[in-house]
This record gives sequence, C-alpha cells and structure tokens, in this order.
Amino acid sequence: MEAGILLLPGLLRGLRVTLEVFVLGAMLALGLSFAVGLLRLSRFPIVRTLAAAYVEFFRGTSLLIQLFWLYYALPFFGVELSALAAGVLGLGLNYGAYGSEVVRSAIRSVPKGQWEAAIALNLSPLVRFRRVILPQAWPLMLPPFGNLLIELLKGTSLVSMITLGDMTFQAMSLRTTYARYEVPLFLLLLVLYFLIATATSAIVRRLERRARVGRSA
Amino acid sequence: MAGAPAIVDANRALQDRARAREDAAVRRPIVRFRGVKKAFGAMTVLEGIDLDLYPGEKVVVIGPSGSGKTTLARMLMTLETPSGGEIEVDGEPLFTMVRRGRRVPADERHLARVRGKIGMVFQHFNLFPHMTVLRNVTEALIHVRRIPPEEARRRTMAMLERVGMAEHADKYPAQLSGGQKQRVAIARALVMEPKVMLFDEPTSALDPELVGEVLAVIKEIAAKGDMAMLLITHEMQFAREIADRIVFIDGGKIVEQGPPEEVLLRPKSERLKAFLARFRNGMGLR
Ligand SMILES: Nc1ncnc2c1ncn2[C@@H]1O[C@H](COP(=O)(O)OP(=O)(O)OP(=O)(O)O)[C@@H](O)[C@H]1O
Ligand SMILES: [Mg+2]
Repeated sequence: MEAGILLLPGLLRGLRVTLEVFVLGAMLALGLSFAVGLLRLSRFPIVRTLAAAYVEFFRGTSLLIQLFWLYYALPFFGVELSALAAGVLGLGLNYGAYGSEVVRSAIRSVPKGQWEAAIALNLSPLVRFRRVILPQAWPLMLPPFGNLLIELLKGTSLVSMITLGDMTFQAMSLRTTYARYEVPLFLLLLVLYFLIATATSAIVRRLERRARVGRSA
Repeated sequence: MAGAPAIVDANRALQDRARAREDAAVRRPIVRFRGVKKAFGAMTVLEGIDLDLYPGEKVVVIGPSGSGKTTLARMLMTLETPSGGEIEVDGEPLFTMVRRGRRVPADERHLARVRGKIGMVFQHFNLFPHMTVLRNVTEALIHVRRIPPEEARRRTMAMLERVGMAEHADKYPAQLSGGQKQRVAIARALVMEPKVMLFDEPTSALDPELVGEVLAVIKEIAAKGDMAMLLITHEMQFAREIADRIVFIDGGKIVEQGPPEEVLLRPKSERLKAFLARFRNGMGLR
C-alpha cells in the first residue's frame, strides 16, 4: 500500500510520456508503412530499390542504435533533435519498415481480377486503389499491424536510453530511491505495460470486426 | 403555294443527307484491329489480327484453348498492350495519341477516354466482394460518370431489374450463385452504356444448370440496342443464335469468318472442321 503511494505518481508521469511516444510513433509508422509499401509496388525499378533499401536498413539494424544515432550522433552533423522527436522518429522509421512489408503483401494478395474489373469499369487509378483495392487489403493488414503495435509499445521502453522520462526511465530512477520496493515497482511496471497492450489489442480487434462487416456469406 | 414543293424538296434533301451521314457512321467500324500482334516473352500468341467490329454488330469468337481469344479481348480492354499493330476505337487509335504533332504512347487520360466506350464481362465475374450488388453497379456511375447518387441508384435498379437481380440489390456477392453473380457483372458493365461489350466465356465458370439464365440475359441484351458485342464462347448453339458473324481463331490467326451458318455448317478449312467435330455430339449442329 505504502509502496503504491510512493511509486505511482512517478510511474504515472512516465505513463504519459510512454503513451505520447507510442501514439506519435505509431502514427508515423503507419504513414510510412503506406508510403513505403506503395513505393515498393511502383512501376519504376529505382523507386522500388530505394524503398527496399530503406526497409532492409531499418530492419537490419537495432532500434537502440538507431535511437543513439538520432539523438547523440546527429548533432555532430548539425541536426539537433529533441529527445521526444528523436524517440518518435526512431520508432516510426523502424516500425514503418516492418509495416511497409505488411502493406505491400496485403495489397499484392488482392486478386488480379479486382484490379482488372476496376480498370474495365474505367475507375481512375486513385479510385481503383481507394475504393476497390484498399478496402480488401485493409482487413488483411489489421492482424499483423496489431502485432507490430504491441512490438512498438515494447520498443518505447528504449527511449529511456536517450533521456526521455517514460515509464521505464521513471522506474529506473525510482529504483535507486526506493531500493526496498524493487519487487512491487517492477510488478507495477509490468502491469501498466500489459494494460496498454491489452487496450491496443482490443482496439485493433474492434477495427477488424468492423472491416469484416457483410463480407462473407 | 408555289413555294411548297421547293420546301418539300429541300426537306427531302436534308433528310437524305442526314441518312447518308447515319449510314456512313454505321458503316464505320467501332473497333478495328489492324495487324495486331501479341507476344508474351518469346511466345507469340497472336500474329497479325485484322478484325473490324461495326456498331451494333454481334461477333462471336471461337477457337481452341490457348489460341489467344482472351488475349484479343483483354487488349481491347487495355488490360494487355499489343506487341505490334494498332487497335482503333471509334476511329481513334487506342494505345497511341498525338501530342505536339507527334504520335506518342497513350497516357492514362487518353486510355480512360477511349476505354469508356468499352465494357467487359469476365469469366470469373470479378465482382467487388466488399460492396453490395447495388454498390457494385453504382460505383462507376458515381465515380466515373459523376452521376448523382439518387440518379445512379435509379439507373442501377432499372438495370438490375433487366437482368432479374433487383430483389438481390442489398446482398453481397458471396451470398449469390454463380449465375446471379454473372448477371450482376453484366449489369455493372451495361449500366455504363458502352458502345462495345466484351464477354470472355461468360458461362464457362458456371454449373451447367446456371448457364441458361445467363445466356438468356445476354440474348435479351443482344436483341435490343445498337451496342456492338464481341463474345468469346464455347457454346456453339448459343453462338449460332446470337452471332451476326463468327470468327474462328487458331494458331494466333483468324482462320475463317462469316455468318454463323457458313462457319458452323460449311467450314472450309481443315482446322475449323476438326475444331467443330469436337462439338458435334449433342450440340444440335447438323
Ligand atoms: N500474362 C501472360 N503471360 C504469359 N503467357 C500468357 C499470358 N496470358 C496468356 N498467355 C498465354 O497466351 C496463350 C493464349 O492465351 P489466351 O488466354 O488468350 O487463350 P484463349 O484462346 O483465351 O484460351 P482459353 O479457351 O483456354 O480461354 C496461352 O498459351 C496462354 O498461356
Ligand atoms: Mg480464354
């Protein structure tokens, strides 16, 4: 009881930062997922190659080192980012790379006949995509997007390494102050992350249900 | 009083000229294939197709599997690009256009304009599974023709009535039989009022007992209207009933063409004779 009163205010301050980094990072990752996923399906080979290079680079190096680069190394090249900007950018770039693969494969799994029917009806390329292809690809994207969101949430704990006061950061500093409450502290931390993850999953599942309405017999 | 005959003459002259213009328009092909070739990689599928399709004309294309019938239709629908030759629609090249006095490959705008004159019905229907029957049909009216939703809905319901699908307007494609799906697909193409309709084996993916309802709809459409039709089918009896002209393709070329009775009952080439022999049993052809 006493432990809770001592630990919670700090952790909740961290929670705000964690949620902020999570939501902004997820938005950036989603935007990049679509942008890069579509570029990977471009007619132009150079565009496809560049997009693939981005994906390989950000998947092939660790998030922590990307964050170090964005926050500690970039200033030497004249780019100064706030810790929040660096954290959001790092998470967005990293999970955007994974997400673009989700977008690409979902779009490619829409049957060719759907594109062809859309062309035969003379729908413009934009309408073809927006009203025919995307609504069929979107339900396929949701489950893997849900997984990536949880991964991204867990990834947010790394921003504590670039001075951002997220939950993990707060926990580490509370640990030095209240060494005797280490067990309740880390238990609380676990529960808080788990609650955010559960809420995220619930939202994604709801989107999935909505995307499926009326589709199957 | 004395002026009256002169006026009558002048009127007649005007009428004659109008009729002459109409005849010329009727005589000008709506679609011309001129030396059209298509190769996929090293494999040549079509080698020099010359084929004219006139307004209102119903042309049935027959030929063995792999002879390039589908490819022919797909090129006209701009789903494939010819490797050589030209396709003209309504007197205008489909795959090239003039820009600054030079003939250049067609851009999306040119394709969209010419493509608007053509509709296609696919072997596997290709309905949009996430849209109701109604939305499948209104979609292009609203987003291509820019017709207000209420009017689009009215035209759609009239068209669904015509193919006998009006009472299924709020269902999704997954809730329909194959024959019903194909009738919706026909309505979807027809509601755009194309000048040419392409049918690529519209009944060959259907259970035998569902073929009749789709053929009946196509026959009804063919009987009315000045829309030209290019129909690929293996239903020889149906071909005979519906076609103004039958075209037999084999080995990437048009081997024989003519009125149905000629082509089906008095084939000249050995290849057509051999092809038809396979249908003779039970097809009602003597
Ligand atoms: N996209 C493609 N890539 C490579 N080869 C193709 C492609 N489309 C068609 N072909 C080949 O071209 C040939 C002609 O095909 P097409 O589908 O036009 O024949 P078809 O006359 O419609 O035959 P069927 O009666 O079986 O439908 C076939 O050998 C086919 O394998
Ligand atoms: Mg075919």
